[in-house]
Amino acid sequence: MPVIEVQNLRKRYGDTVAVRDVSFTVERGEIFGILGPNGAGKTTAVECVAGLRVPDGGTIDVLGREPRDRSLRRAVGVQLQESQLPDKMTVQEALQLYASFYPDPADWRALARELGLADQLRTRYAKLSGGRKQRLSIALALIGNPEIAVLDELTTGLDPQARRDTWDLIESVRRSGVTIVLVTHFMEEAERLCDRLAVIDHGEVVALDTPAGLVDAVSAEQRIWFRPSAPLDDALLLAAPEVATVVRHGQQVEVTGTGNLLHAVTSVLATHRIIANDLRIEQPGLDEAFVRLVGKDG
Amino acid sequence: MFTRLTISELKLLAREPVAAFFSLLFPTVLVVILGSIPAFREPSPDLGGLRVVDVYVGIAVALTLAMLGLQVTPLALATYRERGILRRLATTPARPELLLAAQLAAALATAILSSALAIAVGRLAFDVPLAGNLVGFVLAFVLTALGIFAIGLFVAAVAPSGKAGNSIGTLLFFPLMFFAGLWTPREVMPSVLQKIGDFTPLGAGERALHETMTGHWPALVSVTVLVGYLAVFGFAAARLFRWS
Repeated sequence: MPVIEVQNLRKRYGDTVAVRDVSFTVERGEIFGILGPNGAGKTTAVECVAGLRVPDGGTIDVLGREPRDRSLRRAVGVQLQESQLPDKMTVQEALQLYASFYPDPADWRALARELGLADQLRTRYAKLSGGRKQRLSIALALIGNPEIAVLDELTTGLDPQARRDTWDLIESVRRSGVTIVLVTHFMEEAERLCDRLAVIDHGEVVALDTPAGLVDAVSAEQRIWFRPSAPLDDALLLAAPEVATVVRHGQQVEVTGTGNLLHAVTSVLATHRIIANDLRIEQPGLDEAFVRLVGKDG
Repeated sequence: MFTRLTISELKLLAREPVAAFFSLLFPTVLVVILGSIPAFREPSPDLGGLRVVDVYVGIAVALTLAMLGLQVTPLALATYRERGILRRLATTPARPELLLAAQLAAALATAILSSALAIAVGRLAFDVPLAGNLVGFVLAFVLTALGIFAIGLFVAAVAPSGKAGNSIGTLLFFPLMFFAGLWTPREVMPSVLQKIGDFTPLGAGERALHETMTGHWPALVSVTVLVGYLAVFGFAAARLFRWS
């Protein structure tokens, strides 16, 4: 049963159409990604879901309620893009203050421990590193024990290590049963975390699938490189139905094709007792799928 | 929730040393400095037999309200909007309106403390009599606070950033404090300036404070002017306030 249902959402600011036509559903317990280039309308869409903006058209249903219904504020935790805290507020004060807003808050000490903030409870916001600020922001989105957490541009501005730590954290939050809506423009993040993804471009959903499904749908082509241990006739490889092309680069052979290409190529080589040295396989990732879907780099 | 927010606002104010000094201690410092000048402890015929230091206790109270209402509050609220703090609050069960109310409550509490300090020091060190009409004085204090905070809220509502909020507040602060008599007590101003001052929020406020300290009731014109500022700027602030 879906916890969020968005149908034909539309939102414009003056003459600019931010969201043209967006529909998707989010199932309980999943990590649902909203992926798209900057300015695609991702943030506007989730701000409508979070009840911060009133859509111009379409319907949104969150846990059976209308997004502006104030009773949802207890059930939906939101981490907004570029939302800060007063410079001189400490981590502990922020956690305690935000916990006091909810009838049944999470234990802020446990949350701080889980988020790796336990050693900086008395540190003021201005003195926190970017990664810690982001963690605190996530903690504030989770402090009310929400059923749904909406996280916008979770790891933008974080260094690679902090980004990976944050991803681990999101996975552990999901394991605790929270449904997560994740807005991102990082392919790696979407591929690693999301169960399903909506790709938004120019205010419309251009694809909606699992990360693997998106990749398959866009491109099934694979590429294999190797250096044969003995001379090898191209025709032997081309005879296999999976193989599309064979190209030589000096000693290197490059084979492209579809289906179980690796198995087809290694079978041919094994039959002729040839060993493939320096074997490399290139499978198009979400990056490539994304570029093809939105026609430009995210 | 509200109490916690108010305490949080008070803590944050206390951590701004400059703002905390000026809103909490500076009015008292002013009374002490003026009271230390022997001539200002002599009754002055220009002031109807009062001493300069007597008059400045009321001015110090107006000064506290002006600094909190015109400088501290607009800076804090416009910064909260600029940094997305009001928007974040809108996603929680706490309404952002509650933060506004907490900020005003914290400013009012600070103003009461600061005024009490200035009055107590005036009384103990320089024998400045306590308010002759206590009920009237409380009324004058509350009305002046409401009028000036409404203007501060209006500044916070229209200021695009925290810096802008603070600049606009400072720009208003000097002329308004002039009419409250910070540089020349209202009582010795030329009558034209007095008349103009009566229609400014701090001029009216200081007059009401002064009159109640000397045992009278505030003039109807002062009360009307203060209620007017509260109504006009309070309404405009409520209509114009942007949360993000």
